[in-house]
Amino acid sequence: MKALFTSKMKTQGKAGVQQILVSFSATVFALVLGMLLIYAIGFDPFSAAVSMVEGAFGSKNAFGETLVKMTPLIFTGMSYALASRCGLTNLGMEGQLYMGALAGTATGIYVAGLPAALHLPLTILAGFIGGGLWGLIAGALKVRFGASEIITTVMLNTIAISFIDYMVNGPMIEPPGINCQTQPVRSSAQLPTLISGTRAHWGFVIAIAFVVLFWLFLWRSKRGYEVRVAGLNLSAARYSGIHTNRNILLVMFLAGGLAGLAGCNEILGIQIRMIPEISPGYGFDGIAVSLIGNNTPFGIVIGALLFGAFRAGGNRMQIRAKVPNAIVSVVQALVIFAVVASQMLLDKWNEHQMKKINRQESEVA
Amino acid sequence: MSVILEMENICKQFPGVLANDRVCFSVKKGEVHALLGENGAGKSTLMNILCGLYKPTSGEIRLEGELVQFNSARDAMELGIGMVHQHFMLVPTMTVTENCLIGDKEGGSIKLDRKEAGQRLKELAERYGMEIDPDAIVGTLSVGEMQRVEIIKALFRGAKILILDEPTAVLTPQEARALFKMIRALTDNQFTVIFISHKLDEVKEISDRVTVLRLGAVVGTHDIAQCSIEELARLMVGREIIFDVVERQHPVGDILLEVNNLSLHRLHSHESNKLLDDLSFEIHEGEILGIAGVDGNGQAELVECLTGIRKASSGEAIYQEKDLLHLSTRDIMSHDVSHIPQDRQKTGLVMPMTLVENFALQDYYKTSFGKRGFLNWTSVEERSSKLIQDFSIKTPSAYELAQNLSGGNQQKVVAAREISREPKLLIAMHPTRGLDVGAVEYIHNQLIDQRDEGVGIMLVSTELEEIMRLSDRIIVLYEGRAMGCVRPSETTIEEMGLMMGGRTLDEIRNGRVKEAPIEDMVM
Amino acid sequence: MDLLQTIGGYLFTDIRMAAPVLLAGLGLLLMNWSGLLNIGAEGIMLISALAAVVGSHFFGSVWMGLLLAMLAGAVFGLLFAVLTVTLRANQTVVGAALNILGLSLSTTLNRVFFGIETTVTKVDAFQVWEIPLLSKIPLIGRAFFAQMPIVYIAFLLVPLIHYFLFKTKPGLNLRSVGENPRVADTLGINVYRTQYLATIVGSMIIAAGGAFLSTGLLNFFAEDMVAGRGYIALAAVIFGKYRPTGIMFAAMIFMAGNVVSNVLQVAGVGIPYTFLTMIPYILTIIALTIFASRAVAPASLGRPYKRG
Repeated sequence: MKALFTSKMKTQGKAGVQQILVSFSATVFALVLGMLLIYAIGFDPFSAAVSMVEGAFGSKNAFGETLVKMTPLIFTGMSYALASRCGLTNLGMEGQLYMGALAGTATGIYVAGLPAALHLPLTILAGFIGGGLWGLIAGALKVRFGASEIITTVMLNTIAISFIDYMVNGPMIEPPGINCQTQPVRSSAQLPTLISGTRAHWGFVIAIAFVVLFWLFLWRSKRGYEVRVAGLNLSAARYSGIHTNRNILLVMFLAGGLAGLAGCNEILGIQIRMIPEISPGYGFDGIAVSLIGNNTPFGIVIGALLFGAFRAGGNRMQIRAKVPNAIVSVVQALVIFAVVASQMLLDKWNEHQMKKINRQESEVA
Repeated sequence: MSVILEMENICKQFPGVLANDRVCFSVKKGEVHALLGENGAGKSTLMNILCGLYKPTSGEIRLEGELVQFNSARDAMELGIGMVHQHFMLVPTMTVTENCLIGDKEGGSIKLDRKEAGQRLKELAERYGMEIDPDAIVGTLSVGEMQRVEIIKALFRGAKILILDEPTAVLTPQEARALFKMIRALTDNQFTVIFISHKLDEVKEISDRVTVLRLGAVVGTHDIAQCSIEELARLMVGREIIFDVVERQHPVGDILLEVNNLSLHRLHSHESNKLLDDLSFEIHEGEILGIAGVDGNGQAELVECLTGIRKASSGEAIYQEKDLLHLSTRDIMSHDVSHIPQDRQKTGLVMPMTLVENFALQDYYKTSFGKRGFLNWTSVEERSSKLIQDFSIKTPSAYELAQNLSGGNQQKVVAAREISREPKLLIAMHPTRGLDVGAVEYIHNQLIDQRDEGVGIMLVSTELEEIMRLSDRIIVLYEGRAMGCVRPSETTIEEMGLMMGGRTLDEIRNGRVKEAPIEDMVM
Repeated sequence: MDLLQTIGGYLFTDIRMAAPVLLAGLGLLLMNWSGLLNIGAEGIMLISALAAVVGSHFFGSVWMGLLLAMLAGAVFGLLFAVLTVTLRANQTVVGAALNILGLSLSTTLNRVFFGIETTVTKVDAFQVWEIPLLSKIPLIGRAFFAQMPIVYIAFLLVPLIHYFLFKTKPGLNLRSVGENPRVADTLGINVYRTQYLATIVGSMIIAAGGAFLSTGLLNFFAEDMVAGRGYIALAAVIFGKYRPTGIMFAAMIFMAGNVVSNVLQVAGVGIPYTFLTMIPYILTIIALTIFASRAVAPASLGRPYKRG
């Protein structure tokens, strides 16, 4: 047993280390580019960097903010990664996030008389189902009509956001109807604070719990195994008798649910009520988080940490160093480009190496 | 006739295999020169070199005496060499004319004049006895028509030498007849045709000379007139094959699988050229039934129908009182049927996954692999370690990625997995493809052991030695039909070659050998 | 008379609203026909909207703004091409990153150039070029002949690109790359070069659409002003079945949502505006169920091509 474990560590470890090193260097490269950009637009990159780090880790409050920003990213990162593992591209996380938030808000407001021990889990479940159903729509369109999920999920985003806009300004508006927001969610459905004195809430713990579930599902369960096989080799999956269509529906539901949790937790932990805009792009950031994390559970947490820290530190950077906050997103985009490029370059390099080895072997033969 | 093309000492080395071994091949202007050989003989490789898709490892090519080098397919095209591949290079959504005009550099203007080009194409076609509709969308054409488009396309771009790769593999007899008329019209007009085939009748019918390749080397070049079909068969499969039929230890048991009148039509057509044509055979317990024949004559389709991947058009396959033709893949496999697929990379393994994960592929859903929806990786690991050891799979670890193993070891993984499932019926397609001698030996021994334990095995292979060595009975497939069923001890290599080339056993043994030309073939 | 005028007014608005979406759609179309699926039109339009304002402000000419915008678009296009064509990275991911970059970079540079002030900096914008006589035709006169130059360009590009794609040899070659790059390659077409060209030219056309937003429809830059039009353009391409005329009609139908909402408000029917913004997207989904986009899209769309 031990021998197998060490051999597993060796082979998977080596490839993993390669990936990590490459992604890490790419990220650093992008950060340096970001600093250059800050310099180019007339600010001091070093004070910017310092205030960023301060804003992300410099105090208890800062650390709390990082956790706050990290939480939805863990969910959307998992959402994109789960779909990717099945060979699907889920671009609908923004919409699923909002639908989950809406479902959670509704359950949190209108379900009365339950103790927190029941109400909170119920609300979270509602959030998962809300997002899940939204994702399922795209899955069903793909299975039934062959409609590409890349397009349908993007379309569903706007539909969802428009719908939320309508609900918040209409049926669910907080009386007397002056502010475009809903009533606050009942206290029995609100997420308690995780770190006192900060905004960090238990949604973070729930996110980590789901990371474990994510791992269990994909790498320990039979269904997850089927999903991974189909994502890597659809033919082999079919030859093995796997019901690929059913799995597409399941995965889109689960992925949508995860994104829905991102939104739901934002409401229950931070916003407390639904407003028309609760996501500054958490959905699309999930793509980056998943990418950097190479679709793995641990990687996603790291990626979420990085981007969460960016967002948390960015505010402080704007206040202290006067650098426009939006620069943070620029750096995020640069990180995506750099990581993507480096991963492809790594693949090319490995291919080249394999070819060399094969050529040598054939010459010997 | 003068020599128009010379390939001298062409060698092509791929990792682990010498596909062309000092091939010397010369073609005269205006002739039809056939390139005959079995699978893996090196015909396609040689022609891919000629049309610029591959670069030879060594050797020279001379066109009309001049030394030429091709860096791309475009180069070869510009020098007048046009190839019609087995898998057509056409865009289905575009018209015939458009397909012929892609990349066309003729003419000054950038304007796309479909009418004018279509006119030219029509005239070109008619000149050689072909009919095409320039405005037809290629995707709606029949296979035969598509092939015609490919030929016209090559001519349109100035091909003087036309290479046809197994052109009749996808044609009905009438279409084949039409093709031959076309070929004659072309050669009458000083075009040169190189005709790759394994079909002896056709080679005898249409070609002027034939070059036979075997295992990458030229076995001989002859005038067709001086060659009988029997001689061609002998040249193609060779006489030096040494095989020793393995002695039977145990008697054959009851009928395990009974296939009756299995037929598979081509999509969009019910013409007589079916993919599988009224096949009937049985496999007994403890017996190896070999399915022989050149690749592409229905073997893959037969296996797909029996393993639930493709739906047969008619017939039945009775196994354990069920009809396999109506069961899903999962159902079939869960009834003690194992399948070693012909393409390990595409369907046998998941390349980016570890060996452990690959070993779980067929049986992961069973409770023995884990309860309550979870996979028990520990037991899968143990199984994998054992299999790696038992089958001598060369890998640094059980967690190595499948794609990092050599081809031979990859095949061992698939074979190990399928054999270890303890099936009652094992369908093995090309189980030793790409393996070294030791590995081949090992797999053969495994198959024999399985047979001796009462497993019924359907062995599909293009390797005659393998088929002859292991099988208790052999069926040769040609164009989806069974040419005959023989025992290895009761047949000859020559007979096998003839069946693989299109003769039925009946014709061979009862002397009703037809020398009549294709025209007289009953439609 | 009044009714004609009113409808003519709606038509006028619809056409000028449709123009940026049309331009973006046409640019995307060129890329699609080379086999590349670029979802980053939103980002390209944002950066070019800013570039147009910057150019107009600092060079005093709206045409310089357009030029700068197209340059910005070309740079974004080049970035996309390098990653997806040469490095064969996932086109969707790169496109999504392009959107993030476009939004954030335009926001940042906007603050840098114009500061954070309460009043936006207004710039020289395109003027209406009225075509004499024709613009007086009732109903359609104003809509068709009293628009800004970019609108004319946008609609003129429709037959032009149609002609290019379906009636010229380079267009045929381009389409063959998008349908089956291997076939195109064997027939001597340089697949990579074709994809690069299509991306850069296409991005420049998308950029023109962005420029029109900030120096045509409006005369200033506001953060995130593209407001989803890049995605609508994506929808328009699919709804228009990957044909220039189809995209034109799709753009006009999609943008008619604004018009419809005005009409309904006047008529007293209370369909919330938000539902009308959903129309383009719902229509596209419905279209996808009717015709599988795979059936009309270039066959090799979205697949990275590897030589040999």
